[in-house]
Amino acid sequence: MSMSELVFIFIAALTISSAFWVVFSNNLIYSAVALLFTLFGVAGLYVFLFADFIAATQVMVYVGGILVLIIFGVMLTNQISESTVTQTNRPRLLAGVIAFIIFLMVAYISLTTQWHEGTVQTAEKTTTVIGDMILNEYLLPFEAVSLVLLAALLGSALLSRKQHG
Amino acid sequence: MSGFWQATMDLITSYGSLISLAGLAIFGVMAVNALVAVYFERKVSAFMQDRLGPMEVGIFGFKGGRKFWGGIGQTLADALKLLTKEDVLPDKSDKALMILSPFIIFVGAFVTFVGVPFSSYLLISRFDIGIFFILAMSSVGVVGIILAGWGSNNKWSLYGSLRSAAQIISYEIPAGLSILLVVITAGTLSIHGIVEWQAEHRWFIFHSPFAFIAFFIYFISGVAETNRTPFDIPEAESELVAGWMTEFSGFRWALFFLSEYANMLIISLLASVVFLGGWLSPMAMFDIFPESWMIMDGALWGMFWLLLKAIILIFVMMWFRWTFPRLRVDQLMYLCWKVLLPFSLVNLVAVSIWELLF
Repeated sequence: MSMSELVFIFIAALTISSAFWVVFSNNLIYSAVALLFTLFGVAGLYVFLFADFIAATQVMVYVGGILVLIIFGVMLTNQISESTVTQTNRPRLLAGVIAFIIFLMVAYISLTTQWHEGTVQTAEKTTTVIGDMILNEYLLPFEAVSLVLLAALLGSALLSRKQHG
Repeated sequence: MSGFWQATMDLITSYGSLISLAGLAIFGVMAVNALVAVYFERKVSAFMQDRLGPMEVGIFGFKGGRKFWGGIGQTLADALKLLTKEDVLPDKSDKALMILSPFIIFVGAFVTFVGVPFSSYLLISRFDIGIFFILAMSSVGVVGIILAGWGSNNKWSLYGSLRSAAQIISYEIPAGLSILLVVITAGTLSIHGIVEWQAEHRWFIFHSPFAFIAFFIYFISGVAETNRTPFDIPEAESELVAGWMTEFSGFRWALFFLSEYANMLIISLLASVVFLGGWLSPMAMFDIFPESWMIMDGALWGMFWLLLKAIILIFVMMWFRWTFPRLRVDQLMYLCWKVLLPFSLVNLVAVSIWELLF
C-alpha cells in the first residue's frame, strides 16, 4: 500500500463518516458541523484528482458560503430553541422507496461508468484548461448557469422586499 | 493489514518531520506575530491617545517612561496571563461547540499561511492557484465564528457572531473582485507569477488608475474582514460586551487572539504581494536611487522589503483603530454593498478595457 493510498483512505473515511453524522445527528447544528468535515473531505478528494482549482472552489463556495448560509438558516428557524429536531420523515414508506430507487440509480451508474484513473496529472495548469473549456466547448451551459444565478439573485431580492409585487 | 501500518510508518518517517517542521514554523510565526503586534498596538494606542499604562510597565530594571522599551513588561504579563487563566465553560453552553470553534478559526488562519509567502524562497508551498487558495482558506474561519456564537448560548455572542459572519461574507466580495482585477491583468493566479509580472512592468498600485483604486478597496475590505475598528461592530463593547468572544477565556480565547493578529498579517502580506510589488525593492521600481543601492535587492533583502511593506500596512490598520469611531451596522452594509461593490465592479470592467487599449 502506497502512501497516497493511505492518505486517500483517511480522507475518504473522514468524508463518509462525517456524511453519516450529517444524516443521523439529531442536532441540526451538529449536522452542520459534520457537513464542514464532509465538504473538506470532498475538497481533499479533488486534490487527489489533481483538481486544485476545483478543490479551492469547493472550500470557498461550499464552506465559506453555502455552509454559512445553512447555519444561518438553522439559527433563524423558529422552533430551534431546543435544537433537537427529528430528522426522520413523516411518510416513511414512500421516502424509503424513493431513497432506495436513488440508491439503485447511483449504484448502477457507479458500477457501469468507465472511471478516469485519477492518479496521473493530466494538465500542467488546471486553470488554463478550465478557462479554455468554459469559454469554448461549454460556453452555452456556462451562460445558462449565469442566467439562472442572475434570476435567483433578482428573485430573492424581490422576495425579501417588504412590499413585493 | 500490515501494509497499512507499513505505509503509516513510511508516511511518518519520510514526511512527518517535514510536515511538523512546516507546522511549527507557521505556529512560530503566528505566535511571535501576535506577541509583537500586541506590543506594537499598545504603543501605537499610547502615542495616539495618551494612554499611560503601555508606556510605564517596566521589567528587570527598565523603568519604562517614554522610551522604546517602556511597556515591554505588559506584553510578558499578557502572555503569562493568557496561558495560566482558568478555562471556563458556561453551564448552559454547548460544550462541544465551545471547544471546537476556536480550533476551526485557528485552523482557518493556520492553513492560509501555507500559501502566504514571506519572500520569494521562504514559503511553505508554491501552488499555481496561490491567491485563490489564500482567499478560499481565509473564508473558513467564518464557520468557527458562527459556531462560537451559537455554542456560547448567550444573546450577545449570537448577535456578535451573526453580525461578524454577515460582515465577513459581504466584504469578501469587493476584496475578491479587486484581487480578480490583478489576476486579469497578470494572467495568473500564482503569487510568484504576479510578482514576476510586477518585476517586468511596475507595481500594480501604479499600473493603472483602476489598480490604484482597487488597492484601497482591497485594503478597506481586508480591515473589515479582520473585524477591527472602525468595522468592529461584531464585538462592539458598548452594545455587545465582547460579541462572539464574550464567553471564552484562557487558552481558547488566546486562539481567537492569535487568529485575529494572524489574519491582519495575512491581509497585509497579501496586499503587499499583490499590489505593492511583494519582495521587490523600491530601488528596482524607481530610477532615482544611486546604483550602489541596488545591492539591497537580493534574496534576503526580499524578505526585509516584504515584511516592511506588511508592517507599514499593519501600522495603518492600528492607526485606523485608534483614530476612527465605530460604524453602525447599516453604515457598514451601506459601505460594502453601495460603495465598495459598485466601484469594484466598474473597476473590473474599466481595467479590462484599459488592458485591451494599452
